[in-house]
Amino acid sequence: MAWYIGRRVLQMIPVFLGATLLIYAMVFALPGDPVLALGGDRGLNPAVAEQIRAEFNLDKPFIVQYLLYLKGILTLDFGTTFSGREVIDVMGEAFPVTFKLAIMALVFEGFFGIVLGLVAGLRKGGFFDATVLLVSLLVIALPTFVIGFVVQFIVGVKLRWLPPTVGGDVSFQTLLMPAIVLGAVSFAYVLRLTRTSVSENLTADFVRTATAKGLSRNRVVTVHVLRNSLIPVVTFLGSDLGGLMAGAIVTEGIFNIPGVGNTLYKAIQQGQAPTVVSLVTVLVVVYIVANLFVDLLYAALDPRIRYA
Amino acid sequence: MLTACSDSPSDTESSSSSSDGASSGIVSAWGSEPQNPLIPTNTSEVGGGKILDLIYAGLVYYDADGAAHNEVAESIETEDAQNYTVTLKADQTFTNGDPVTAQSFVDAWNYGALLSNAQLGSYFFDDIEGFSYDVDSPLTGLVVVDDTTFTVKLLQPESDWPLRLGYSAFYPLPAVAFEDIAAFGENPIGNGSYKLAEEGSWEHNVGISLIPNPDYTGDRVAQNGGVDIKFYETLDGAYNDLLADQLDVLDSIPDSAYSTFQDELGDRAVNQPAAIFQSFTIPQGLAHFSGDEGKLRRQAISKAINREEITDAIFQGTRTPASDFTSPVIDGWSDAIEGSEVLAFDEEGAQDLWAQADAISPWEGTFTIGYNSDGGHQAWVDAVTNSIKNTLGIEAQGNPIPTFADFRTQVTGRTIAGAFRTGWQFDYPSLYNGLAPLYVTGAGSNDGDYSSPEFDALLKEGAAAKSVEDANALFEQAEEILFQDLPAIPLWYANVTGGSSTLVDNVEFGWNSVPLLYQVTKD
Repeated sequence: MAWYIGRRVLQMIPVFLGATLLIYAMVFALPGDPVLALGGDRGLNPAVAEQIRAEFNLDKPFIVQYLLYLKGILTLDFGTTFSGREVIDVMGEAFPVTFKLAIMALVFEGFFGIVLGLVAGLRKGGFFDATVLLVSLLVIALPTFVIGFVVQFIVGVKLRWLPPTVGGDVSFQTLLMPAIVLGAVSFAYVLRLTRTSVSENLTADFVRTATAKGLSRNRVVTVHVLRNSLIPVVTFLGSDLGGLMAGAIVTEGIFNIPGVGNTLYKAIQQGQAPTVVSLVTVLVVVYIVANLFVDLLYAALDPRIRYA
Repeated sequence: MLTACSDSPSDTESSSSSSDGASSGIVSAWGSEPQNPLIPTNTSEVGGGKILDLIYAGLVYYDADGAAHNEVAESIETEDAQNYTVTLKADQTFTNGDPVTAQSFVDAWNYGALLSNAQLGSYFFDDIEGFSYDVDSPLTGLVVVDDTTFTVKLLQPESDWPLRLGYSAFYPLPAVAFEDIAAFGENPIGNGSYKLAEEGSWEHNVGISLIPNPDYTGDRVAQNGGVDIKFYETLDGAYNDLLADQLDVLDSIPDSAYSTFQDELGDRAVNQPAAIFQSFTIPQGLAHFSGDEGKLRRQAISKAINREEITDAIFQGTRTPASDFTSPVIDGWSDAIEGSEVLAFDEEGAQDLWAQADAISPWEGTFTIGYNSDGGHQAWVDAVTNSIKNTLGIEAQGNPIPTFADFRTQVTGRTIAGAFRTGWQFDYPSLYNGLAPLYVTGAGSNDGDYSSPEFDALLKEGAAAKSVEDANALFEQAEEILFQDLPAIPLWYANVTGGSSTLVDNVEFGWNSVPLLYQVTKD
């Protein structure tokens, strides 16, 4: 087990190098000189632009810029933004916010998705099942920003139950509405996945055996049906954590949440390679760790899977 | 003897003094994360400028109409519009207790002008003796006489120079700023109506809290218990907050609400002309657009655009069709300059001029207008190019460039094909500021490389004129030349669109489209 985890952690190193190089190359390839955008429509005195370029190593060839960036990372120096702030500080502000939002969305989609999916799967073909399927289909069909704007307008402006935007007031209460919007589409997927998985497993041999042994209906459903049905669902949820954090960009924009999505969007627009690369690299690491965690969960869910 | 600034606030209707006394509520206002630390000479965008204007007081300030009044200055005097003597009011202090002296101004300006400090606003000092764009060089034209007096020597006479001094680049700095300018920019110490509520009040990407400065003695005394500037990522979110009374003052309405905001906000809506001029520039070197042929084609293109229809259909009346090259909120503006009839939609006239140009050299190819597609310009560019296409019967289309950085790179490098969008927001309320940086030969923002000796001479003469009236008359003549040559095709003046919540009163927008937050009252 420990050997397996160690091997997986070692595998992160090439992934990390590859990801940073690739993203750095992409930001570098963005057309235009980011420094010239700083002057607005007025433009910039060429000598001043030259100074700023030198300060941020933008006047050096790509590979030199990238190696300087890597060298900085070894000493935990992720570079600075154009406004002179340490990227590590920027990340320290943005990640906790987005992480809170993503975890809330994950809990919401996981809990409600599994519970409703289980009920629908057990009563396959019934009225409840049909309703839930229809609603989840609607949610999948609507883009996140449409759901976001509608919810914001109804709950925030018309009913005034919650402030329309979050801003600096990050709390469980203010993040509730954005988290539900962020998790909505995944919730629909989790629900449908659970439902299909449960209804397939209901007819499986081991369930018939368990019922024949005289186990109570409850025990059959929770221990035998649900536990086996959760394998694809957990896989989905695990990979979704990274997806939620990266996908929060739209939700964060609508609800004005100072998280990773907003920060990343601005950094891409301004062509700030160190900021973009650092943020995305952390997202990649979150992805890898979540996947490792899911793989370890399999063992708990299915005794036939063992890591040696 | 000429004093540039009157001492008493004008008593026009819109000049404001809160009639119901000061209030104690904290006003929340829209803003955006400043792109740089809050250093006056390094702030070139509205997000930072709005905050600086609240926490600093300059030599002069502008009232809602754009008239300049002395703030820290007791007087600004000159005999020849080239040598100025600035006298400060006595006993002014920064919020850390340091006195505001002549040295505070001279040091701050020298810092801003020095090349190696790479300040975005350095060009504001380029007419002071000693300024250099190429090497580090002190401003020799600034001489401290005593604590409250300094003299300024300009490179040439400029009568509107005192008018500029309310712009943020000219604010004073306390000595402590230069010890660690980056740290100072995080927690700036000013001398204005407000100060930071505490160390670290600037929460990045979230907002900044300001409280009234009890030591402030100027005209812009805070009429509320403080200002919380909240940073927003999108205007739509801010607008929803305004509707829900979660935000008190918003200075920009999202496009999506253009058609509805006046109904939704009623008399809390603001929609008035601002000091923003929008145009597109046709480079001088573009094929078919130079010489006599070029003049004819430029006039034809201008007459082929139905500005009235486009501002109504696309901007829902939040733009005003242009009638000159400046802005109606600037003193000296005129909508009756000789030649301005080329801005009226005239199908036959346009076709006739185009045919005359074709007689010189037949037209071929496509007329394009370049723009950055991340800035919401597509709708109007498509409308303008369609207007040209339908009137003149030629191929015309937009040339979208993905990012603003790429757009500026192509414009700066002169590699952009065809015409391109240009916009100008006035730094200070003077006609000169809307003309000199854009059309004088070799000027910093003359991206179309226009060059006219007559125009340059008139601007120089206007700058040296003894009075603002004489100057404006000369600038008007200069505009007549622009109307013949049309280096850029004027389109419209942007309005300031905004609104306020039900919780605040006395919301008024300044000449530069920023609300005068110090006079907003809230209980």
